[in-house]
Amino acid sequence: MDVIVAFLRTMIRAGTPLLLATLGEIYTERSGIINLGLEGMMIVGASVAYVVAYHTGNPILGILTAICISGAMALIHAFLSITLRSNQIISGLALTMIGVGLSSYIGRDYVGKVGVKLPEIPIYPLSAIPYIGEILFKYDPIVYASLILTFILWFTLYRTKIGIIVRSVGENPSVADSQGVNVYLVRYICTILGGMLAGLSGAYLSLSYVPAWVEGMTGGRGWIAIALTIFAMWDPLKALIGAYLFGGIEVLQYNLQPMGIPPNILAMTPYILTIVTLFIASREKLRRRIGAPACLGQPYTREA
Amino acid sequence: MPLVKLKNITKFFPPNILANDHINLEVNVGEIHAILGENGAGKSTLMKILYGMLQPDEGEIYIDGRKVTFRSPRDAMKYGIRMVHQHFMLIENHTVAENIALGMRTSIVNPLKEVKRRIREVSDSYGLKVDPDDYIWQLSAGEKQRVEILRALIDDVRILILDEPTSILTPNEVEKLFEVLRRIRDSGKTILFVTHKLKEVFQISDRVTVLRKGRVIVTKETSETCEEELARLMIGEIAVNGINSNKSNYSGNGVVLEVEDLHVLNDKGVTAVKGVNFKVRSGEIVGIAGVAGNGQRELVEAIVGLRRAVRGRIRILNRDVTKASVLDRLKLGLAHIPEDRIGAGVVPRLSIVDNILLTRYFEKTFTLNSIIINYGKIREATREVISRFNVKASDISMPASTLSGGNIQKLIVGRELSKNPKIIVAVHPTYGLDIAASSYIRRMIIDAGNKGAGVLLVSEDLDELIEICDRIMVMFEGRIVGEFSRESFEPHTIGLLMAGIGGG
Amino acid sequence: MVKIRIYVRRRVRTSLKVKIVSASLSTLAAVVAIVLMFHVLGVDPLYAFNRIYMASLGSYYGISETITKSIPLLLCGVGLAVAYKAKVWNIGAEGQLLMGAIVSGGLALFTPLPPQLAIPIIFLGGFIGGALWALIPAVLKAKFQVNEVITTLMMNYIAERILLYLVYGPWRGKEVWGFPFTSRIPSYARLPVVPGTRIHYPTLIIGLVSAVLLFFMLSRTTIGFKVRVIGESIRASNYAGIEYSKIVILVMIISGGLAGLAGAGEVAGIQHMLRKGISPGYGFTAIIVAWLGNLNPLLVIASSLLIASILVGGDAIQISIGLSSAFINLFNGTILIFLLLNYFLSEYEIIVRR
Repeated sequence: MDVIVAFLRTMIRAGTPLLLATLGEIYTERSGIINLGLEGMMIVGASVAYVVAYHTGNPILGILTAICISGAMALIHAFLSITLRSNQIISGLALTMIGVGLSSYIGRDYVGKVGVKLPEIPIYPLSAIPYIGEILFKYDPIVYASLILTFILWFTLYRTKIGIIVRSVGENPSVADSQGVNVYLVRYICTILGGMLAGLSGAYLSLSYVPAWVEGMTGGRGWIAIALTIFAMWDPLKALIGAYLFGGIEVLQYNLQPMGIPPNILAMTPYILTIVTLFIASREKLRRRIGAPACLGQPYTREA
Repeated sequence: MPLVKLKNITKFFPPNILANDHINLEVNVGEIHAILGENGAGKSTLMKILYGMLQPDEGEIYIDGRKVTFRSPRDAMKYGIRMVHQHFMLIENHTVAENIALGMRTSIVNPLKEVKRRIREVSDSYGLKVDPDDYIWQLSAGEKQRVEILRALIDDVRILILDEPTSILTPNEVEKLFEVLRRIRDSGKTILFVTHKLKEVFQISDRVTVLRKGRVIVTKETSETCEEELARLMIGEIAVNGINSNKSNYSGNGVVLEVEDLHVLNDKGVTAVKGVNFKVRSGEIVGIAGVAGNGQRELVEAIVGLRRAVRGRIRILNRDVTKASVLDRLKLGLAHIPEDRIGAGVVPRLSIVDNILLTRYFEKTFTLNSIIINYGKIREATREVISRFNVKASDISMPASTLSGGNIQKLIVGRELSKNPKIIVAVHPTYGLDIAASSYIRRMIIDAGNKGAGVLLVSEDLDELIEICDRIMVMFEGRIVGEFSRESFEPHTIGLLMAGIGGG
Repeated sequence: MVKIRIYVRRRVRTSLKVKIVSASLSTLAAVVAIVLMFHVLGVDPLYAFNRIYMASLGSYYGISETITKSIPLLLCGVGLAVAYKAKVWNIGAEGQLLMGAIVSGGLALFTPLPPQLAIPIIFLGGFIGGALWALIPAVLKAKFQVNEVITTLMMNYIAERILLYLVYGPWRGKEVWGFPFTSRIPSYARLPVVPGTRIHYPTLIIGLVSAVLLFFMLSRTTIGFKVRVIGESIRASNYAGIEYSKIVILVMIISGGLAGLAGAGEVAGIQHMLRKGISPGYGFTAIIVAWLGNLNPLLVIASSLLIASILVGGDAIQISIGLSSAFINLFNGTILIFLLLNYFLSEYEIIVRR
């Protein structure tokens, strides 16, 4: 039983950074922008959060700075892909490169140093429930925040006017424009939101999950988040399930190795699942039900 | 005081299309005002100007006697103007309620509740049956149109512009639409009804304005006119002159194109070509007359291989090509002058030379083993096209986009005619060209016929068809409703058939 | 009230003047940005540029290393240039390179190759490995309209995991002391090098020949013509009877196969084994190479050398300034951003109207 509890705990902790980054990417992609700079924004967030927390001793300050800096990187992506109508793939890859390089500079003097760790805040008395308390109610604030965010972002996407606007902009920007929606503004906001959540995700890695600064510590989680966005079919609630599933796979890689299951084979599954999802979603009828944004990656230009 | 007053509205599309030529129009409160005209008469342009989608080069718009300037539809919407386009401004993957909520002022949280309530209220009072929870993609074209009208009504529209609203409807749906429109009018709103169908003018409108070639011909009370008069005003007097007389005789020649019981769907999945039969012989020029949107596009696309035939046969030079690829048909000697020249007929950013190669890259003359392109030869051919068809191009290695619209058109026509094709499918080959260029291109088409090509000429310009065709078929609502040989051309009858009057 | 409205409009044609102005503006901006970056990092920019130059092009060894690193960039870059010409966004060159490496490494390690034919077979295996890996997303795109950006991206990571699985598992060598390496390939399977350097010239020659052939293909053959038409206008290509799915599959096979050749070259020419980290992201860097070369295979030869010199020089300043190897990415990313700026300035015009 303890093994299972421990596994579920690590699964949730491993899934949290994936979830945060995916929630952001869901909004970005729902508005029609694809951000392949996620990995870069995450790792910059991780380094910035760590360094700021290290110097101020205040992890919250570290988290907030990370969110701002990663948001600023996303602003660059937004400017390039929305205003300059650049190729979003190239712009995203460029920002990932910049992020990887920048973080290695930011964090260079902090490798191996013991820094600040986000404290766990058990939710008493729920945390006292045997097993369940351990699995669900004894985490640091970012885990709770990720759960609250999941719900808020899901509710906003499907149950509010804001959600209708965001989805419309990704589905058909010219229709949204004709109904008085400022397409560019919505896309800017969603892209920046995506960057901010990637920053939060990075901060979680360096302040809680690891917790330390290790170069390249995101280890491709940004790419998994992009995969997960598709696997979750652009739905925050499914992203929650998917993130814990992918997080579980990450944990299992190490746990199942002694049983003869090669970790690298297990580690492929998120990518394979994503390709399968994309393939299934390629059928027009299914695409409609799934809600893949129809105008993803296409710059919008109003006919003059 | 009229609700809407358009004064001297003029819109010019470079290089040489004067879409609206000093148009004056007054629309009164609470009337259904039909705007009647053939395609290309300038109806859509005028409506887009009123809706702020286009800005006029000259002229003024007055609403309630106040001068207004519309930079975008949003400006027009502020004055209560709404337009329902032929292609719907709806998000296919969203529900009706979500679509309507998008442009509505609603609460942030749970907006759909009040939207659905409004939908029910308004749909009840106007008899517009719509389920707010349906996805748009589940709806028929008629239902989508209802959603658009509903959205306008919920937004308290004052002036509703409907652009060819019946073109996508079944006869039953048309009847329902008219009932709704009458109710809307009776509630004090104003409707501008754009159409090319005479019958509808009489079914629905209070007043009618006829446009022809960018000008207002007349505005009349509908009750004071008749179909015959409007048809004449819409189509104009057709002078039967200039019939080409130096055509060689083609009778007895072999059939180059044969279409048999052809059925083709349009993009919306509705049958647009409904059992068309005809033959084109070598040396014969066959015209297809008709107002745009009666299945001509689908017919042409099926013949050239861009659209699948759901039933029937197409034969080129006695070979069944119903399922053959575009390339196979091109190789058999088919030339296609497409309707959408800039979008399909040329690749604007490739050089003029490459654009000549576009439909000839598989010809042995221009390639070595059909792998390596012989640019020397193709440059020669380009220069020939340019000089023969008088294309004004300074440098043939420049992108085609550097040419003017008229010159791009001459380039395409020249390319296709100089292939020595067996069959030419030409869609509006002279549209937008000046008189000299037009008559030259007609001359060239006749020459191609004399050299043995069979020509299928789709045009809305009846003068042109009468001038050069051996035979004219009239297409209306997906069917051939009349056929005339050169000896028996009757422009007046053809015009009425185009408008859907008479015939069988 | 005067309302100023700013429009952005695509240019009908980009004149040479506009091209030169926008290229110089973007280059200037990039240089300023990089100088600023060095300032922020507390490094004298002149010193840094000098170090980069000396390390990459200022010495015989530097030049030879630059050429060595340009080989995989060239092979991947020309292939990508062709794919991007057709607007097929293959960003899976990294995975295709790895699969080429795996297939060619496997052939060299585990099959009894006739020594005289070993090298051609290894190259062929590399090409096939990369091409097959590219074929999966190609078919998905051509037949099922599955977005190739995501599939090629995902396939990179699958290939990486396959490589890791092999070198940690069944293919791990006997005398590698726990490192994720295979055994070394037999000497007859190794590529010859220019004496005193690591330049495995057979791969370099293949790269140069591919660049020339692909340039020729794009500009002088019917296939290249079809690629260009599809890249510009799918509607026009339909009208002209060009089969879209065939061309998509073809360009993916070309770019995947060439990336696979690059992988074979790394295995047989440099590493002489399969190992973890056999490619430091050549397949991703090649995306910059292709763009910097303006998608022109001949210019890609130059851009691959330029980027390779930055990689080599970057290694040097990392050592002298004390930055990690990841740092050079900052450079490459910045270059890419200013490439996008250049593209915008040359393709669009900004119109200010009252």
